[in-house]
Amino acid sequence: MSGRNRQKRDAMGVGLAALNRLAGIAVLDRLKLRKPIERAVFQGTKAGFRGVGVANRTFTATQKRGKAERPAAASGRDLFDLTPTDEQKMIVDATREFAAEQLRPIAAQADTECEAPADVLKRANAELGVTLVGVPEALGGMGTERSATTGALVAEALAHGDMGLAVACLAPAAVSNALVLWGDETQQATYLPAFVGDDVPAAALAVLEPRALFDPFTLETTARKTGGGYTLSGVKSLVPRAATAELFVVAAAFDGKPALFLVESGTQGVVIEGEPAMGLRAAATGRLVLEDVSVPATALLGDASSYADCIRLARIGWAALACGTGKAVLDYVIPYVNERKAFGEPISHRQAVAFMVANIGIELEGARLTMLRGAARAEQGRTFAREAGLARRLTAEYGMQIGSNGVQLLGGHGYVKEHPVERWYRDLRAAGVMEGVVLV
Amino acid sequence: MAINLETPKKFGMLISQAHQVSTEIFRPISRKYDRAEHEYPKELDMLASLIDGMNASGETNTGARGVRRKEGNGGNQNGSNMSGVLSVMEACWGDVAMVLSMPRQGLGNAAIASVANDEQLARFDKLWASMAITEPGFGSDSAAVTTTAVLDGDHYVLNGEKIFVTAGGRSDAVVVWASLDKSLGRAAIKSFVVEKGTPGMVVERLEHKLGIRASDTATIRFTDCRVPKENLLGSPEIEVEQGFAGVMQTFDNTRPLVAGMAVGCARAALDETEDLLKQAGVEVDYDKPAYVQHAAAATYLQMEADWEAAYLLMMEATWMADNNKPNSLQASMAKAKAGRACVDITLRCVELAGAFGYSENSLLEKWARDSKILDIFEGTQQIQQLIVARRLLNKNSAELK
Repeated sequence: MSGRNRQKRDAMGVGLAALNRLAGIAVLDRLKLRKPIERAVFQGTKAGFRGVGVANRTFTATQKRGKAERPAAASGRDLFDLTPTDEQKMIVDATREFAAEQLRPIAAQADTECEAPADVLKRANAELGVTLVGVPEALGGMGTERSATTGALVAEALAHGDMGLAVACLAPAAVSNALVLWGDETQQATYLPAFVGDDVPAAALAVLEPRALFDPFTLETTARKTGGGYTLSGVKSLVPRAATAELFVVAAAFDGKPALFLVESGTQGVVIEGEPAMGLRAAATGRLVLEDVSVPATALLGDASSYADCIRLARIGWAALACGTGKAVLDYVIPYVNERKAFGEPISHRQAVAFMVANIGIELEGARLTMLRGAARAEQGRTFAREAGLARRLTAEYGMQIGSNGVQLLGGHGYVKEHPVERWYRDLRAAGVMEGVVLV
Repeated sequence: MAINLETPKKFGMLISQAHQVSTEIFRPISRKYDRAEHEYPKELDMLASLIDGMNASGETNTGARGVRRKEGNGGNQNGSNMSGVLSVMEACWGDVAMVLSMPRQGLGNAAIASVANDEQLARFDKLWASMAITEPGFGSDSAAVTTTAVLDGDHYVLNGEKIFVTAGGRSDAVVVWASLDKSLGRAAIKSFVVEKGTPGMVVERLEHKLGIRASDTATIRFTDCRVPKENLLGSPEIEVEQGFAGVMQTFDNTRPLVAGMAVGCARAALDETEDLLKQAGVEVDYDKPAYVQHAAAATYLQMEADWEAAYLLMMEATWMADNNKPNSLQASMAKAKAGRACVDITLRCVELAGAFGYSENSLLEKWARDSKILDIFEGTQQIQQLIVARRLLNKNSAELK
C-alpha cells in the first residue's frame, strides 16, 4: 500500500463478500446459529436498541424569580498561583476518594456492560453534589462565584477513576451549568430545581454529529421557526446516557447560526438509538435523532456568544478529563516498569522506557497547565477562546500519545483487559474528538 | 487565593521595558552581528547600565541575579525568579545572542547569586561572570571534571582546559568548575571565581557557530593559575555525603532561564509567521477544529499549543522557586519542553514561510539556527528527560544511567 489504498477485490475479498451475504440468510435462524453469532456482535452494547425518549417527569416552572441568577465572575486575583482554594481542595479530595473507591473498581465492568450503575450515579450526586457545585445558592445550589476551575478539577479527579463513568456522572451537570450560565428566569425556574434535588435526572448536552470533519460551528441539525416555537431536525451523536436522559440541550443551526435548544426527551419525534463506541462505554452513548421535533419558543437557550462559550468550556472539560486519565496512566505505568524485569533488571533502567515515562510526565503537566489557564480565564470573565483551542490541541495530540504509550509500556500485557491501560487508550481517543457533553 | 495563570500586573512595566529593548535595540542590530561573528555589539554597554539601574530599583530583575531564594512571608509569592525569567523571555523575543552577551547578566552571575556567601556576593557584584564547566572530554557528564584545583597556601592552583564558555572572551571573570581530588568524585567538584588577568588564564580561541553568533563562545586554558582561596564558592569541605547537590543547585535555577530563552525565541518566530500567514490570506481560528482549517493554520495551532505548554511549565518552575518549593522536576520539564518546542517551532516557521523564511531577508532563518543551542546548553534534551525520569521513577543515577 503506497499512498491511497485502491486495491481491487481479490479471491479472498470475493470469499468475504459471500460470507457477508450468508449472514443475511434465513437458514441461520432455522438452525439456531443466529444467536451465538450475534451475541458476539451485540453483547453488552445495546446496539440494536432504538426507541423513543423517556419521560419520567414533567418539568414545570416553580417559584419563578424576577430575573435569571448568574454566578458572579471570580475576582480579586492578580498573582500567578497554582494553589487551589481550601474549598477546592476539600471538593477535589472528596472527588479523588470517590473516584478511587467507587469508580475505579467497577470501571471494567461498566465498560463491558455499557452502563454506569444507577446507584453509583446516585451517590455521585448525593456525596459529591456534582450538579450543585455550579448552581448558585439562590437557585438551591452550593456555588458562590463562577467556578470553572472547580469544575475542571472535579472532572480531572473523576476521570482518574474512570473517564466513561466520569462522563456519566458529569453529563447532567453540563445541562444544569448551561442553564445557570445562559438560561433565562423561566428556563432556570422550570428545569434547575430538578438538578439540585435528591433525584437528579439524566440529562445531556448534545453537540456532535456523526460525520468526518465535524465542526460545531457548522451544524447540519437545524431549527426552523414554526408556529409559536421551533422545529428541530437532525442527528446528534455520542450523547451520554441518551436512553435514560430526560432533558437534552441540543446544538442546532437556526438562521444559519449555531444555537442551543432545550428538548425534553418525551417530546414527539425524539428517537434514541444506541451508539456504543471505541471507549466511554460506561457513559452509555447513544444517538439522539430529532424527527421534526417541535419545541416551544422558550426552548432557545442563550445567544451566539454563549454558544461559542459552550463549545469552549466543553473542550476545557474534555481536556480536564484527559488530564485525569493521563495521570491514571502515569500512576499505573510507574510501578509497572519498575517491577517488570527484562534482561536481568527493571525495564525502567532503560532510557527507551524511562524517557517514555518522562515524556508522559512532561506533556501531561503542560496540557494540564494549559487547561487550567483556560478554566481560570473563563471564570474570571476574560476571553478564553485561545486557551480552550490550545487545550483541545494538546488533548488530541498528547492525550492520545499518553494513552498509546500507556499500552506500549506494558507490551502485550497492556493489550489485554487484565490491565486498565487498554481502556484508557480507547477513552483518551475520545477526549480530542468530543464536543459538548461536559461543561466546566 | 485561587488558581490564576496570568502574569501579575506588577511585572507589566518590566515586561514592557524588555519588549522595548528587544524591538528598539536588539532587532535592528540582530542581522548585523549575526554576520559579524565575534564582533562585540557595543550597543549593549549603554543598555547594561540601564539594566543595572533597573535592577537597583527593586524587585524587578533581569535574570542573572534572580536566583537567590528568599524566605517568603508565608503567602503566595510572585518574585524575582518569575520576573527574571519573564524579562529574559521578552528579551529573547528580540535576540537570544544579545541576551547571552549582556554585560553582568552571564550564567556565571547566576551561579554566584545562587551559591555565593554575602561577602562574595558584595565583592563580585560588579563583575560580568561567565560559566566554565564543559571540557573537551565531557559535556553532559559534568561529574567528569578533569580540571584540578590544588590548595597551596592562600591560593588554589588551577590546571585544565574549559570549552564552550559563553561570553568567555568578553566577561570580567569566569566561574570555573574544578576538582579538589579526582579520586573523591563529584563531591570534590567546587566552583571558583577566576578574574580575567589572573596569570595562567588564557582565552585561547572563539568558536564559529550555527547560531547565536553575536554571543562569543570561548576556550579558556588554565596553567598553574593561582586563584585566591576566598574565591571558592560555597563550602571548601569535601562532603561525600552531600555529593553534587551544591553545584547542581545552580542548574535548578538556570534551567527555567534557558526555558525562558526558548519560549521567547519561539514566540518571535510564531508572531512573525502569524503575520506572514495573514499576508498570504490564512487566518488562524481558535474555535474551529484544526482540521477544517488551512493546513498552515492547523500547523500553527499545534505550534501555538506546544508553545503554551512550554510557557506555562516555565512559569510553574519559577513560581515554585519564588515560593521555596523544590522545583528540580518542574525546571527540567520546562527546559525539556521549551527546548524541543523552540527548535520544532522555529524550523517549522521557516518551512511555512518558504523561500522568504529561509533567506537572510527574514530573521526566521536566524531564529531557527539560534534555537538549536537552547535544546543543548544547560543540559541537553536527553539530560532533562533523564532527570525527569529519575524523579518520576524514583531512580538514582546508578540505576537509571
